[in-house]
Amino acid sequence: MQPTISIKADFMDDFIVADKHYSSRLLVGTGKYKDFNETRAAIEASGAQIITIAIRRTNIGQNPNEPNLLDVLPPTQYTLLPNTAGCYSADEAIRTLRLARELLNGHSLVKLEVLGDPKTLFPNVVETIKAAEILVKENFQVMVYTSDDPIVAKQLEEIGCVAIMPLASLIGSGMGILNPWNLQIIIDNTKIPVLVDAGVGTASDAAIAMELGCDGVLMNTAIATAQNPIMMASAMRKAVEAGREAYLAGRMAKKPYSANPSSPLEGILPAQSK
Amino acid sequence: MLQVTINGQPQHFDNSLSLQQLVEHLSLQNKRIAIERNGEIVPRSQFSEQTLSDGDQLEIVVAVGGG
Repeated sequence: MQPTISIKADFMDDFIVADKHYSSRLLVGTGKYKDFNETRAAIEASGAQIITIAIRRTNIGQNPNEPNLLDVLPPTQYTLLPNTAGCYSADEAIRTLRLARELLNGHSLVKLEVLGDPKTLFPNVVETIKAAEILVKENFQVMVYTSDDPIVAKQLEEIGCVAIMPLASLIGSGMGILNPWNLQIIIDNTKIPVLVDAGVGTASDAAIAMELGCDGVLMNTAIATAQNPIMMASAMRKAVEAGREAYLAGRMAKKPYSANPSSPLEGILPAQSK
Repeated sequence: MLQVTINGQPQHFDNSLSLQQLVEHLSLQNKRIAIERNGEIVPRSQFSEQTLSDGDQLEIVVAVGGG
């Protein structure tokens, strides 16, 4: 009889944030898709269970039959993560999330991002910290987008955020993970989940983030603006799973400049004499 | 005559109306929305009780796609 060898971790490897369990470690945004059909298909292919949404003014007196995002992605099926994209101050971000909580019937898990500059969309960490302090006091569960500064990450954890989400590179840039060393420091020093948010361009970027030991990856543009968003969503799902398994499996030690053959040295045919 | 600002646009009404009536007037009754009135969130349960006043500033928001 063949012995069975489990390739799955021998424990439940759920992603846990704010005391809720998720089987997927890929979180996706819902922006930039061609239409709601494509949004829904890509999100299904990604396997994501937590999806970000934005809060915006509704059209007044325009097409009342305009489809609504929440009809396509019902809160009964997904954990919706309202964001504060486009907010440049703590006050604007807090205001947006209070409206989001009312809109989603008291839902408290949110993504806080306070931007500092429209060209780079770099986070304003001073305003981010200010907003986080108030939101945590108001019982929001704050997943916070921030720079890859380990000290800021620590401060946000101490404030009581439920996840730290440093950028890999600029939002929507697709430049990948520019500073894995900073991410590693943040991962090593943080007790709550750390997710790479922003900058992932293709599947290998997501796998690298997970191999570093990130708890998850949040992305939007890399999927939505791929030539085939649905196939890219599937690729990202696999990359996050592959990266996670590689992290759990424990990679071999790197041996710089020292080759080590994989095939036996014994029994090599001798060189033929001429 | 009543003037209120909704999402930055001035709107005129002949008679006083409740937030619930406004929501219906704007055909938003079947949508998931949230309303902020003069900087304060109005819980949905209070839409029928709250009556618009001249000069009110309203923000009506929905969920849209975003990252």
